[in-house]
Amino acid sequence: MANQGPAYYSPYPAAIYEGVITPPEGKALLLEEVVDEEIAMREIAKQMLTKENATIFPGPQVLYGYNDEAKKKATLIKEMAEVLNANMIPMYDYRPKYPKIDAEIEINPNHPNLTIWHNNIKAAIFIGVHCHYANVALKMVRCETDCYTIAICGLSGHEDAMATLRDQHSSELEKFIKIAREVKAELKL
Amino acid sequence: MASIKDMTDTHNWSGQKLVTADHMLFEAPREKHFMTGSEVLKEAVKRCTVDASVSYPITPQSEAAHLIGELWAEGYVGTYFRGENEFGVMSEVAGCAMAGARTITTTSGPGTLRAMENFPQWSGTRIPCQLILMARGINSPLTIQPDNLEVSFMLETGCMIWYAENVQELFDMSIAAFIVAEKPDVHVPIITVVDGFFVSHTRESVMLPADDIALLPYEPYKSPLPPIDSETPPGRFLRDPFVMKSNYISYATHASWQWEVRSAVERSRPYAKHFLKGLVHVTGTPDAEIAFVTCGTASHQAKEAERELMKHGIKTKVIKLRTIRPFPKEELLAELEGVKHIFVPEFNVVGWLEKEVKTALHNNHTAKVIGGPRVAGGMSLPAEAILKEVFEHINVEGK
Repeated sequence: MANQGPAYYSPYPAAIYEGVITPPEGKALLLEEVVDEEIAMREIAKQMLTKENATIFPGPQVLYGYNDEAKKKATLIKEMAEVLNANMIPMYDYRPKYPKIDAEIEINPNHPNLTIWHNNIKAAIFIGVHCHYANVALKMVRCETDCYTIAICGLSGHEDAMATLRDQHSSELEKFIKIAREVKAELKL
Repeated sequence: MASIKDMTDTHNWSGQKLVTADHMLFEAPREKHFMTGSEVLKEAVKRCTVDASVSYPITPQSEAAHLIGELWAEGYVGTYFRGENEFGVMSEVAGCAMAGARTITTTSGPGTLRAMENFPQWSGTRIPCQLILMARGINSPLTIQPDNLEVSFMLETGCMIWYAENVQELFDMSIAAFIVAEKPDVHVPIITVVDGFFVSHTRESVMLPADDIALLPYEPYKSPLPPIDSETPPGRFLRDPFVMKSNYISYATHASWQWEVRSAVERSRPYAKHFLKGLVHVTGTPDAEIAFVTCGTASHQAKEAERELMKHGIKTKVIKLRTIRPFPKEELLAELEGVKHIFVPEFNVVGWLEKEVKTALHNNHTAKVIGGPRVAGGMSLPAEAILKEVFEHINVEGK
């Protein structure tokens, strides 16, 4: 499950119907495999550092979160983008766009594939997106694009992403950035 | 009426000590009581830190909604009001839940169908509200007696469906239901079903924890969709009926949304396994070649038949399904290993559970499935009827 490459048209089978479920506490998911968080973090960093047009999609929970944790996360996400040499395209809102989305500058959960196609994105991190919209978007991205999807989630994670980290708060983001720096050095990038 | 006080870290507005569901269900000491299903539901709601309940009282009815109203008057439920009709009730439940309230209501029979459009809308908006469905059949002709035909209409609404056999299960399930429905990766409505009259109106022994403890409150900001509040720009983030603008979105959006709702129901499995101690409960002889697959009070009758059949030297077992959505396919298949005859006794004319069982078994199991016996419209299901069905079929099979 969660193989790369377009399945075309349909988001079915959804990962859970193939037996892939959100990882247990303290663990992460790489494709269908439950792994230690650090192993997943290293793989995520490698994917983001080596894939074409790697992009971070920050969602409303960090864009509009009126709390100190959201501010701290937003600052760390900016640092993360620098370490991963990644672009940043925000998910400003959840309503479908009229008459069409400007895929150059934003992503929308109702048609996320358009942004990925337009910008030729081959690896992407979803972070700060409410879980339902992340899941809706991840299913579509998996079926219609060949983008390697990564979910960095503050709650239970997302089985439709190709890599998912759960319970990610600012301290975990700091850990990920540290690991990403190490991977970057190992890859001599 | 008691006044609503501020919630603290340790106590809710009615002064009950806040505890986890594990403590409430598995650790807190219990005492024996003798109550109807409606009274037991009141006791469960009393211990759930419920923010809101909406009801539409119409005769005939169980006492359940009325008793939840008493809880409001006693200060245990945050708000309680009457809807204009069943459709209004279910819409108002949606409003309460979208605003971040732990919400419960009850209904049955024709009222369920009058409110029908709301149930897939509930799941589509990912609200974790609870409906207690005291099943009593559907018009026409009218029945006010036990019959669970309406459950067949609820199967594909995207809601979780659990089925309680007796008042004890109703108490425990309706508490666990809130907790499982509110898990961020689940977060869909839950329908807790009991058979009307047999459970709602009949007194049974039930073990209850003290009423000075209550569940920790619902945390709406862990919702997979943002709750409605004054700081969330509603035009951008509200649970928008985007389907009406389908000319502007990918058709895949709607498909993905629907699969996501159903995926959420599937994600409830590990949580339900924990709180219900398994998605199926089995009684009888483990290696029996005859099995009854049941839910609700049909399980009780099948267990009586199992004991009677044992007196005839016939080994059987009863596999009681505790969840209908998600359907416990793997658990059922595991328990059916070695079984050659499956009987599905039901309280309805259509045999919806038989269809569910046959779907699960298709290409997975070779046992013969006999849909019956079935009763409806308030008829009882005596163990003798089940015995008769078994004797007829195993004779036909030449045993």
